Amino acid sequence: MADGGWISRWPVIRQLKGEDGRRDAARSARTDALRPRTEEADTVARSVCPYCAVGCGQLVYVKDGKVSQIEGDPGSPISRGRLCPKGSASKQLVTHPGRQTQVLYRRPYGTEWERLDLETAMDMIADRVVRTRRETWQETHEGKEVRRTLGIAGLGGATLDNEENYLMKKLYTALGAIQVENQARI
Amino acid sequence: MAECHPVGFQWVMEARLRGAKVFHIDPRFSRTSAVADRYLPIRAGSDIVLLGALINHVLSNELYFREYVLAYTNAATLVSKRFQDTEDLDGLFSGFDPETHRYDPSSWAYEGDEESEAEAAGADSYGARGAGASARPPSDPTLRHPRCVLQILKRHFARYTPEMVDELCGIPPEDFAELAEAITANSGRERTTAWVYSVGWTQHSVGAQYIRASAILQLLLGNMGRPGGGIMALRGHASIQGSTDIPTLFNLLPGYIAMPHAHRHEDLAHYLEMEGADTGYWGNRRSYLVSLLKSWWGDAATEDNDFCFDYLPRLTGDHGHYATVMGQIDGTVKGYFVIGENPAVGSANGKAQRLGLANLDWLVVRDLTLVETATFWKDGPELETGELRTGDIATEVFFLPAASHVEKEGTFTNTQRLLQWREKALDPLGECRSDLWFYYHLGKRIRQRLGDDEIDRPARELTWDYPEMGEHRDPSAEAVLREINGTGPDGRALSSYRELAPDGSTRCGCWIYCGVYADEVNQAARREPGSRQSWVAPEWGWAWPANRRILYNRASADPDGRPWSERKAYIWWDAEKGEWTGHDVPDFDLRKPPDYEPPDGARAEAALAGTDPFIMQSDGKGWLYVPSGLSDGPLPAHYEPHESPVLNTLYGRQSNPARRTYDRPENPYNPPGSARFPYVFTTSRLTEHHTAGAMSRSLAYLAELQPELFCEVSPQLAAEVGLVNGGWATIVTSRTAIEARVLVTERVRPLRVQRQIIHQVVMPYHWGYGGGGLVTGDIVNDLLPVVLDPNVYIQESKAGTCAVLPGRRPRGQALLDLIEEYRHG
Ligand code: SF4
Repeated sequence: MADGGWISRWPVIRQLKGEDGRRDAARSARTDALRPRTEEADTVARSVCPYCAVGCGQLVYVKDGKVSQIEGDPGSPISRGRLCPKGSASKQLVTHPGRQTQVLYRRPYGTEWERLDLETAMDMIADRVVRTRRETWQETHEGKEVRRTLGIAGLGGATLDNEENYLMKKLYTALGAIQVENQARI
Repeated sequence: MAECHPVGFQWVMEARLRGAKVFHIDPRFSRTSAVADRYLPIRAGSDIVLLGALINHVLSNELYFREYVLAYTNAATLVSKRFQDTEDLDGLFSGFDPETHRYDPSSWAYEGDEESEAEAAGADSYGARGAGASARPPSDPTLRHPRCVLQILKRHFARYTPEMVDELCGIPPEDFAELAEAITANSGRERTTAWVYSVGWTQHSVGAQYIRASAILQLLLGNMGRPGGGIMALRGHASIQGSTDIPTLFNLLPGYIAMPHAHRHEDLAHYLEMEGADTGYWGNRRSYLVSLLKSWWGDAATEDNDFCFDYLPRLTGDHGHYATVMGQIDGTVKGYFVIGENPAVGSANGKAQRLGLANLDWLVVRDLTLVETATFWKDGPELETGELRTGDIATEVFFLPAASHVEKEGTFTNTQRLLQWREKALDPLGECRSDLWFYYHLGKRIRQRLGDDEIDRPARELTWDYPEMGEHRDPSAEAVLREINGTGPDGRALSSYRELAPDGSTRCGCWIYCGVYADEVNQAARREPGSRQSWVAPEWGWAWPANRRILYNRASADPDGRPWSERKAYIWWDAEKGEWTGHDVPDFDLRKPPDYEPPDGARAEAALAGTDPFIMQSDGKGWLYVPSGLSDGPLPAHYEPHESPVLNTLYGRQSNPARRTYDRPENPYNPPGSARFPYVFTTSRLTEHHTAGAMSRSLAYLAELQPELFCEVSPQLAAEVGLVNGGWATIVTSRTAIEARVLVTERVRPLRVQRQIIHQVVMPYHWGYGGGGLVTGDIVNDLLPVVLDPNVYIQESKAGTCAVLPGRRPRGQALLDLIEEYRHG
């Protein structure tokens, strides 16, 4: 591009002069000054898309303690840097305002949510597991030893980590809870 | 695939650019159909007819890959004299008990095995593999014996003709011929054909047999264990494969080891005796199970106490998802954890789900947003109809916010069995925590509350020490992964499941994942860029088992160990080095030569010959015919969906005789053949949303791209019912009625089936009434009944019947009146 005043570099003028508006002539000084958000990130984590089981690679950019961008990972031999609409929108998944960050509690017959702090909720849940397990314990069933409870059940989604599923199955089994199920059945 | 697994579909497009021909067979025209070479619309629920006809075409024209079939499948094996086929019994196999609707499969056995297998199979009595069969059953290598598997197959599939495909699937003979020609021309030494399926094949009352039919076809054509071949299950969630490998499923322990059953298993020795054959890799099941028990109960697990085998609770029947919901309605299930799941929207018959939730003592929901399952007491549809009242619902509800995938570390297992480690990008906000944190700290709290009572012993003695990290005392996910991998007597990480011992000297939380932490390195975190390694890309992540990318890849070489062809070379025998080698990790004993013959009395892998690629099977063969392990027959047979407008003209049995139904007031069925429900109904997904919508409806971009529930109908159906494009329709079943915007499109083609026109209604099911969604809509799964495949207890979501009315649905009591009218009217 020839040197000249800002007017001659103004994209409109260049395009009027016949340069292709879909190529360089679309660029302005402002465009040239723009830098991708990813460049300024403090850290980048190598991650995986949480939606479907293709398992596209993601790069998660963090700036000032917040996710600033999520991009496809070009190194991935599965996805080669591509993400579909869901994967591309996953920055919103982790940052959207509808995400809950507080524990909520609905008491029996209650009409509204109430606040509960996390520690209290954990204690209350542990109390209920211990109590329900005791109350519904089956040592035998139809004359056979079963050592279980049918009073406690679990259903997990299939975007949980393997390590999470492992601790879930381990704990439930040790407690004798057998109705432990997953989206994988559905 | 282009619609629901878009980035994976790039490889199909690459293959197409290189000359592959792509057929798309689906009731619904999707983004895949748009770019396929041929789109074949099919009536939902009729795929076994199509697959059966392809099998028949291959068999009757002798188009099968004879050398492969003879060496690698059970085609030559002789079956018991007692076996009777659907041909003999008009749609039933031998062993059916009309009282219990269950089969006694003992007559399906190989000749000579009849006595050893007398137990009925089913999801609650077997693991993934079923019981075993002989390693060397009698056979006829000429394939002429009338009781050899190939001849049984020929007779069984003879009635699956192109005319039947025309009559039941709505696929005309010329289209069938094109498909049959393409798959047979593209199979053999030089070429392979792959089949790709998803829940369109599994969510049926005969779903497991859909996959079986595909397996038979692929084995006959020599397409298993070879590059470009196989049957690819496209799974819908980031780690749904992992959730079956390390299952939160009632009937399984990690690594597809069956949960013990009260009536089948007394002690460890008895369990091991009952649970499969001694030959093939399952012959090592004692090592797998004992190592698991050791990793759960550590030093408390000793030879003298059966390694705490008694600590495992026992099954007595169906304890699956839907049985659990019925238990909630009946009041036996009191407490319920729902973790990253939304059954109020995502499961069949949502009303039954919500009635179950409303009858609990307590409910814990953990998710990113307030999903409908957490808020049913506040805004569920049953409040509008008056069936429930908030003030009457006693359920105590805890909602705990979850950490997202970037706020925790851990592995997902993708649809190719590939484990990929995610690094943590940042800490979660507020009270959000990972599920790992939740279960670890819940376990600690529960253990603090235990006494010295005997019933508490398994939880008290459980190994539950993981290093805690950071401000929130998060347990180390790497420590958990290392426990899953397992350790040897020296406490070092094991590198392969072949190192597992039966004597309690090794520990391993999931034997098929053993090696993911080999050399004390997190192998799932490997990230060698694809451009810097071979096309198999073995250094990106880690695939179970043993980082093998194609299972049973011994079959990619001929019986002598040479590649079937240069084009399709993958794994081969290197005679000089005396080992298997190739592009992938061989799925075979590295040093077992092709001419190895097992000595008499050999066990486990030693009992398989050098030409037996299917090493998990007791005879090392690909099973064209399944002598044990299935609950509804050793061969696929076409049965109509539980709700179908079409008569099964293949057999005198309309639907799968062994299917599971729940005949209860909460779960009414559309009467069979009812003129009130004339249309076929099926559900689907869209690129822009994710299953029950909790992870997509609340995102502005995605909500804007697909803002509203709609039903796709053909112009002919629109004219018949009086529907207007962009207007409203009400879709009715015996469960409920919902409303949706109408999309009239020629993409939906009415099919000619049994000389009548069959209309299909297709609906995506991503919407719900709340869930923090920016867009809301009626719940499509509320229309579905609970009727299950008897092998795996998956619900029939992909083929039902419905009525369609123009306009919006009625509200309140008027809605209940409408359903009542349709149910009985
Ligand atoms: S980006 Fe799309 S295709 Fe890739 S894993 Fe995510 S949801 Fe699946």
